[in-house]
Amino acid sequence: MTKQRPIAIDIQKVVKRFGDFTALKEVSVSIGDNEFFTLLGPSGCGKTTLLRMIAGFEDVTAGAIFLYDQEIAKLPPNKRPINTVFQNYALFPTMSVLENVGFGLEMQGKSRAEARRQAGEMLELVQLSQFAHRKPSQLSGGQQQRVALARALAPKPRVLLLDEPLSALDMKLRKSMQLELKHIQRETGITFIFVTHDQEEALTMSDRIAVMSAGEVQQLGTARDIYENPRNMFVADFIGDTNLLEVSVDKIENGRATCHLGGGHELTCDPVAGVDTGARVHLSVRPERLFLSSEPEEVESLRGRVVENIFIGTDITTILDLGVGPQFRVRASNSDRGNLRVFEPGQNVFVNMERGAARLLVD
Amino acid sequence: MQTGAARFDFPGFKVLTFLCLFILYAPLLVVTVYSFNDSRSITTWGGFSLRWYVDVFTGPDSAKFQSAAFNSFSIALIAATVATAIATSAALAMVRGGRFKLRTATFGLISLPILVPEIVTAVAMLIFFNAIGFTRGYTSILIAHIAFCIPFAYLPISARMQGIEGVYEQAAMDLYAGRAQAFRRVLLPMMMPGIISGFLLAFIISLDDFIITNFVKGAGIETLPTAIFGSVKQGLRPNIMAISTMLLVFSTVIVTLSWLVSRIDRTK
Repeated sequence: MTKQRPIAIDIQKVVKRFGDFTALKEVSVSIGDNEFFTLLGPSGCGKTTLLRMIAGFEDVTAGAIFLYDQEIAKLPPNKRPINTVFQNYALFPTMSVLENVGFGLEMQGKSRAEARRQAGEMLELVQLSQFAHRKPSQLSGGQQQRVALARALAPKPRVLLLDEPLSALDMKLRKSMQLELKHIQRETGITFIFVTHDQEEALTMSDRIAVMSAGEVQQLGTARDIYENPRNMFVADFIGDTNLLEVSVDKIENGRATCHLGGGHELTCDPVAGVDTGARVHLSVRPERLFLSSEPEEVESLRGRVVENIFIGTDITTILDLGVGPQFRVRASNSDRGNLRVFEPGQNVFVNMERGAARLLVD
Repeated sequence: MQTGAARFDFPGFKVLTFLCLFILYAPLLVVTVYSFNDSRSITTWGGFSLRWYVDVFTGPDSAKFQSAAFNSFSIALIAATVATAIATSAALAMVRGGRFKLRTATFGLISLPILVPEIVTAVAMLIFFNAIGFTRGYTSILIAHIAFCIPFAYLPISARMQGIEGVYEQAAMDLYAGRAQAFRRVLLPMMMPGIISGFLLAFIISLDDFIITNFVKGAGIETLPTAIFGSVKQGLRPNIMAISTMLLVFSTVIVTLSWLVSRIDRTK
């Protein structure tokens, strides 16, 4: 994100309470103009509530929401230049596809003919022109999804909200829609705020991701940043696959933290703000950042015994017993090079760790 | 898997079925057939004739029946319209309200009058009109009919609304529609089959009501059912059968229509 980029949606210390239940606890997020921004988290984390507050379907208990410097928290949904793609699409069943897409334009005051014309153009963008006069119920799930997208984009909103729009589609269709959404976002230049519980979907599409849990933003950053440098246990565990080890920090000197995890295992990693000497914290190591060998090959290595190899097509995951802590997973790609790193169950091996692969977590 | 035919094919099933149908429909069949009887007698067949139908429109009682029919149809039309409007608002409030605390209680309160014995409602209304000093006549019948038609209009509308979630209205408002536009352009067309069905049901319920009407009508005004009853008290004449048959056909058409309309699913 460049510094000059204006802020499209600025959420400032927003709180949402339903009776005694606090759904959002002082959330502050700034979403840049033309950004593909994702709210990612498990169900019940408050991501959909936050999206509905931006759309205007939920009122704000405390705090403020700005759209390009204009406070919108008090505006009704029909006065906000923000449109939504609903989870189950909510296409109007009594209207044709063309009427659905033209609805927002007509409500903005355009003539019926003009609304139809622009709706037709929108249908071309999502390649559904030939279905313009059908009813939504006559379309497949994927086609309905595109109609919902076209309907929300047609009035040219300043921000588009997408509430788990791909969750009803099968895997293959979802993958192609992910790329198409990203493509449409770049083409239209509209800010997208995307809600999902699928971390892979979030990593694939987003410029930036806010990982949410229990009504709070746990971490905010680019896909790579969140994946490589998770801030806490929740983020490390929720995004991707990881090994979580309980460690004690023995000393921090020369920009390296030395930790031990019992059973004689010791390793060093980059220190992290908030984790001091003597702390008992968790360490996250991604399975693909490790490799096995019969002799130690890197400065940082652990000893373990192979328990099992699991073949999953693209990769081979080796499960190891370190003699301490939970079982450890190491991944090797299914290639000639990767297969050299696969050992038979029962063999004692060294688990080599690239420098920077281990990450200390603030609990 | 057993076929539908095999599952119901136990000994005596057909006999039982025909017995039930006979008990249900034989009286109606007799009335219908004898309405075309040329004889003055209501029990002996004297050949086919339409004379009693002519008699209904031109005979000595025709003026009485015509004014009763006018009252019945005008009251049914107004009562069904007003009751449907009220029932529609109630159903809308239930949808917009989402899962509010007294939702079930509210639904019960609206539907309950269907289960109250009609005679109780009739007495209660009579006492009510007397207590407030309301002169009984056309207006008192109309008010009573509006009241007892509401739950009948409400049921098909609310059944239709089950499939209409609040999200459609939200989607409309998200696309810059005001509340009124969201209702008129999105919700109303989706509710329409239920509304028409509810209206037709209320219309038929009002048209053939006897007990409540008889209590609250006052002297000097008749609806078709009370006029028929009055006529029968002075002796059964075949023209009553002709009127009854016409009412039967009309009711059957309306109820069939109501059922057909209620089956149109516009939420999918």
